[in-house]
Amino acid sequence: MSLVELHEISCRRDNITLFDPVSIAVPAGGKVEMSGPNGAGKTTLLRTLAGLFQQYEGTFSCSTHLFQGHRPGLDELLDAVENLQWHASIAGQTVNENEILEALERVGMISRALVPVARLSQGQQRRVAMARWQLSGARVWLLDEPLTALDTDAQELLVSMIQEHCAGGGAAVYATHTPVKLDDKVELRLSPRGDQA
Amino acid sequence: MIGSLFRRELTVLLRNRANLVNPLAFMFLGILLFAVASPAQGEGRVLYAPAILWLIVLLTNLLSLDGLFRRDYDNGVLEQIYTSADVPFMVVLVRIIVQWMSTGLVMVLLAPVLGLLLGIDGGDLLIVVMALLLGTPALSFLGAVGASLTVGFSRGGVLLGLLVLPLYLPVLIFGASAIQEQISGAGNTAQLYWLGVISMLSLTIGPLAATAGLKISLQMQ
Amino acid sequence: MGALKEFWHKLGSPRWFFQISSGWVTGFGWAAGLLIATGVVWGLGFAPEDYQQGNSVRIMYVHVPAAMVSQSVYMGMGVAGLVLFVWKMKLADVAIAACLPFGMVLTALALFSGGVWGKPTWGTWWDWDARTVSTLVLLFLFIGIYALREAIEDEEIRGRASALVAMVGTINIPIIKYSVEWWNTLHQSASFTLTEKPAMPPEMYLPLLVMVLGMYCFAGHNILSRMRLEVLRRERRTQWVRTMFTEDNAV
Repeated sequence: MSLVELHEISCRRDNITLFDPVSIAVPAGGKVEMSGPNGAGKTTLLRTLAGLFQQYEGTFSCSTHLFQGHRPGLDELLDAVENLQWHASIAGQTVNENEILEALERVGMISRALVPVARLSQGQQRRVAMARWQLSGARVWLLDEPLTALDTDAQELLVSMIQEHCAGGGAAVYATHTPVKLDDKVELRLSPRGDQA
Repeated sequence: MIGSLFRRELTVLLRNRANLVNPLAFMFLGILLFAVASPAQGEGRVLYAPAILWLIVLLTNLLSLDGLFRRDYDNGVLEQIYTSADVPFMVVLVRIIVQWMSTGLVMVLLAPVLGLLLGIDGGDLLIVVMALLLGTPALSFLGAVGASLTVGFSRGGVLLGLLVLPLYLPVLIFGASAIQEQISGAGNTAQLYWLGVISMLSLTIGPLAATAGLKISLQMQ
Repeated sequence: MGALKEFWHKLGSPRWFFQISSGWVTGFGWAAGLLIATGVVWGLGFAPEDYQQGNSVRIMYVHVPAAMVSQSVYMGMGVAGLVLFVWKMKLADVAIAACLPFGMVLTALALFSGGVWGKPTWGTWWDWDARTVSTLVLLFLFIGIYALREAIEDEEIRGRASALVAMVGTINIPIIKYSVEWWNTLHQSASFTLTEKPAMPPEMYLPLLVMVLGMYCFAGHNILSRMRLEVLRRERRTQWVRTMFTEDNAV
């Protein structure tokens, strides 16, 4: 059974179809790397899968998912722990403090766990967001440009986190311009439609 | 879940005290300007007091509404609410209620002071409190719809006013009239009932429409 | 029921709407022309003067239809908004886009004719009474949606946003109207209602009725024509529009 299934999906903005229809089925353990030139609609497709965008043709299904957009999705006035607690509570999860601290330790942010997010650097904010992925329990990770602002350490961490998540029966679909060092990834290239401008 | 939602909103509110204090400062400043500009003293000024009070309440609310969802929209929290929350509606509802607490409820608590500054008699202050208590929720609930649709524009303030102020008219009419009739000694239970009815009605449509509005705004990102 | 369902289903196709509506536009156009011509001649030439207001009462034959129809147009936008939201029918957004300018102009006309009527009757161009206030609020409700539509670039998002505002506005209109009337009941009450016996003599309200019907037909004509244009503009890239214009057999 596949976790993500796209059937002839194409998205439009302002009545213009962005890319040729794509179909793909992602089973448990699947890693899909989406590529394509600027404006091809990678972000739009990810947002569609996350349910944030409704202007599409075709059908898709997506198991429980987590979405990471360009913005970290953290409240600057709260610290990392408070942010993660809040994220768990709106999803109806009960997460105890130890789990949160473990997740923050994994991403190397334990020492800054109680600092308001506003005072963290961009890369540090992305790391806190990565702690959230782990805690979310979602089966599908939808990541938009996951490498942004990450140093080499964090990039390696990202690779191992995705591998671990997929080995545990999850799946990941991500959009990127810089290939992520994963061996068994499937590539999905979006080709922009030029004829409708 | 609701408890932790409220806790988060209140924490944010207390850490961002400007959101709490600035509208209040604006409100008192507005009353000061009116008092200075008004040609009449005493009796004459009281005649205009209910109108001015409600007008300032409306504008203060509008000012605070512009920021209702803006931070969440900009930092990506909003898209998280819509992708991972069980019920995005609950998060939006709690957010609006806390916005009301930070403007409407504070105004209710300060109503006696505002009334006295405008020259309303001590005996009539209870009605000022009642009218604000029953009327201001409608402002937040209806205003949230406008805020949800203008959050995608960096300068949504004027548009927000255009969308929302016409809808505020009934609250203004019944609210101002309730205080006026009290001052002139006539009955005003009808007005208070109507304010309550309007608030209840906007509670049923406002948050739902705002939830839908935010979903539309998210598509603009 | 089956036929109605099929009609509803077919409305989802802009092409079908474009073909079928050609006849409606002509029909409404003729009906509007006839009714308005009759109403104007009857109302301005033959209807009696008012014993208090004299000839200036005849402004009513423009003012009342404009005010009534502009309100209906807004309500129509609310209904179209509901259709867009529930059934995601694209034609509903076309309808909103077509209603908006027409409704705005008509509301402005109602305000203007009200002023012209007010000057000889009450001695002032502008009086803050219940009816002018609610018409002015209506104008602002129209302007709000218009401004919102101007601000949003994407056509589909624009449609959904304005549908939402139109729905919320429509729910609020009765409350606004009631509160404004409650606030000031000095003005004459509505000229005629469908349920009550009119206070006006038949020689006056019959031409008014003709004018109101004519104005509704004109609204139908104008809005449908705008919708057809908008459908053409939106479907300009499709095959059927292209062939229609290249083969020179435009409807």
